Amino acid sequence: MELTVKNLEFGYHCFPVLKGINFSFNKGELVCVLGKNGAGKSTLFRCMLGLLKGYHGEILIDGMERRHFSERELAGRIAYIPQNHDTAFSFSVLDMVLMGTTASLPRFVGPGQKEKDRALNALKLLKIDSLKDRIFGQISGGEQQLVLIARAIAQEAKILIMDEPCSSLDYGNQIRVMEELRALSQKGYLIVQSTHNPEHVFYFAHKALVMSDGKITAFGEPDKILTKELLESVYQVPIEIYEDRKSGKKVCMPGGR
Amino acid sequence: MMERDWIYKKRFGIIVLLFIVCFFGSFLIGRYPVYPDTLLKILLSSIFPIKTTWPAQAETVVFQVRLPRVFMAAMIGGGLSCAGAAYQGIFKNPMVSPDVLGASSGAGLGAALGLFFALGYNGVTISAFVFGLGAVGIVCLISSRVKYNPVLGLVLSGMMISSLASAAVSFLKLVADPTNTLPVITYWLMGSLASIRQKDVMFAAPWILVGILPIYLLRWRINVLSLGEDEARSMGINARKLRFIIVVSATLITSAAVSVSGHIGWVGLVIPHFARMLVGSDYRRLLPASLLMGGSFLLIVDNFARLLATSEIPIGILTAFVGAPFFLYLILREGNRL
Repeated sequence: MELTVKNLEFGYHCFPVLKGINFSFNKGELVCVLGKNGAGKSTLFRCMLGLLKGYHGEILIDGMERRHFSERELAGRIAYIPQNHDTAFSFSVLDMVLMGTTASLPRFVGPGQKEKDRALNALKLLKIDSLKDRIFGQISGGEQQLVLIARAIAQEAKILIMDEPCSSLDYGNQIRVMEELRALSQKGYLIVQSTHNPEHVFYFAHKALVMSDGKITAFGEPDKILTKELLESVYQVPIEIYEDRKSGKKVCMPGGR
Repeated sequence: MMERDWIYKKRFGIIVLLFIVCFFGSFLIGRYPVYPDTLLKILLSSIFPIKTTWPAQAETVVFQVRLPRVFMAAMIGGGLSCAGAAYQGIFKNPMVSPDVLGASSGAGLGAALGLFFALGYNGVTISAFVFGLGAVGIVCLISSRVKYNPVLGLVLSGMMISSLASAAVSFLKLVADPTNTLPVITYWLMGSLASIRQKDVMFAAPWILVGILPIYLLRWRINVLSLGEDEARSMGINARKLRFIIVVSATLITSAAVSVSGHIGWVGLVIPHFARMLVGSDYRRLLPASLLMGGSFLLIVDNFARLLATSEIPIGILTAFVGAPFFLYLILREGNRL
C-alpha cells in the first residue's frame, strides 16, 4: 500500500471542492483520473502534493500522514510533473533534471558529481540522454514532457503525480509519453495522472478513477468501470464504446449518429 | 554541444579580467594624475615598507579620495546587479529590477526628509537606509495578507508603496526652500559617488556584503524557484522562506547603496540581462558574473562621470543614458529569448 486517501474534504473559502474522497493506490500502478473540468482533479492532486493545506481527512503515504512530512521529506516520496511549459529563463536539459535533486542537497550547496550522475541516469532511463546539452525551451513538447518525467525520477520519489501530461502533445508524442509511463509503472513507480482521453485509459492504465463534483463516481479496472453510460454522464455527450476484436482493447467514439 | 559550456567558461574568465582591469584602472583616472607605477608602489606600501618616492598628495588622492570611491562603485554596482538578478529569478520575470518592492523610493523619501529637516550628513544616510527597509517591510506585511497569489501581492503592493513614497518626495520638494534645500534634495536623488568617503564605506559596505552573501549561497535554489512556486515546493523547497530571505537580502543591498549614493537606476535591470546573454541562465554562474559585471559597469560609468565635464555629472543620469538604449538593444537582439 503506497498512497491512501481517507475521507478527504477540502474547500476554498468555505466553497467545498472535495467532498469525502476515499481510495487506495498501490505501487506499480498507472492510475488515470477522469472527470470534466472543475470536478476537483487538480485540487485533489494539490492536496496530495502538499501544495494545499488545511484539508480534512487523511492522506497517507506509506502509511504516514502527509502533514507530518517536511517539504524536503515529502519531495523524496512524491513528485509533481507539471504540463510541459515555458520557463522564464533558458536552462539546459541537464540543469532542468538536476533541479530534481535539490531536496537531497544541503541548503547552501549546489549539485555536484553525484547529483549529476543521478540526473544522467534518469535521462538514460527515458532514453533521452542525447538531449542533455540542449536548451529546455528549444526541444519539442513531447521531449519537454519526458525531461520533466526524468526530473521526477532524479528526485527519487516513487509516486509521480501528473496533471494532464499529454494535453498539449501531438498524437505520436502522447503515445510515446504514455508508453514510458507504463514502463515506469512496471519498474515499481506509482503514477497518478489526470487525463481527458478515455482511450489512453483503456489502453495504458491499470486503474481508472472517475470524479464528478468533488466525489468519486467510479474506481477500478478501466475495462470494467468505464461504461458507455458512465462516460456519457461525465462528459454529457453521446459516446459509443467498441472492442477491437484482434487486441481485445476498447476504443471510444462520439456516438449519436 | 559541450562547446557552449566551454564558451561560457571562457567568457566568465574575460568578465573576471575585465573587473580587475576596471578596478585598478579607475585609480588612475581623474584630475590629479597618478601613474600606474606610482599607484602600484602606493598600494603596496600599505603592506610592505617601501621607501616613499612619490608626493604625499598622490597618496592622499589614492587612499582618501579614489580608494573609497572605487571600492564603493564596485560594491554598489555589484550589489545592485546581484539583487536584480535574484529578484528576476524569484519573480520569474526578467523585467524586474531591485527597486521593484520600493526600497529605492523609500530610501529616497528618507533622504529627502533628512535633507528637509537638515539632519546632517550621517542623519540623512541613516534616515535613507531605515526608510528603504521600512518601505519593503510594509510591502511584505501587506502581501502576507494576500493568500492565493503572494508574488502578485508583493509586486502590486511594492508599486503602490513606491508611488506613495515618490508622491511624498514631490510634496517635500514643493514645500522645501527653493534657494538651498530644493536643489540639495534634487541633486541627491540624481545619485552620485562624488562625495563617497571612508565613513560611507564603513557604513554601507558591511550591509551590502551581508545582503550579497545569502543570495550568493542560495543561488542554486533561485534556479528552482524561477520555475514557479508549485514546482519549487514539490521539489522540496520552502518557497515562502526562500523568497523572504532573498527579499530581505536584496533590500539590505539596495537601501544601503541608495543611502550613500542616491538613486542609481538601470544597473540592477540591465546587467543581469547582459550577464545572462554572456554566461547563460544558470544562477550558479549568472550570479558571480552579475556581481563582477555590475561592479565593472559602475566603475566605468563613474569614470565618465568624473571626466566628461568640468563639474561632475550625477552618475544616476549617466546610468540611465547608457542603460536604457542598451536595454533596447538587448530586447531587439534577443527578442523573446530573454
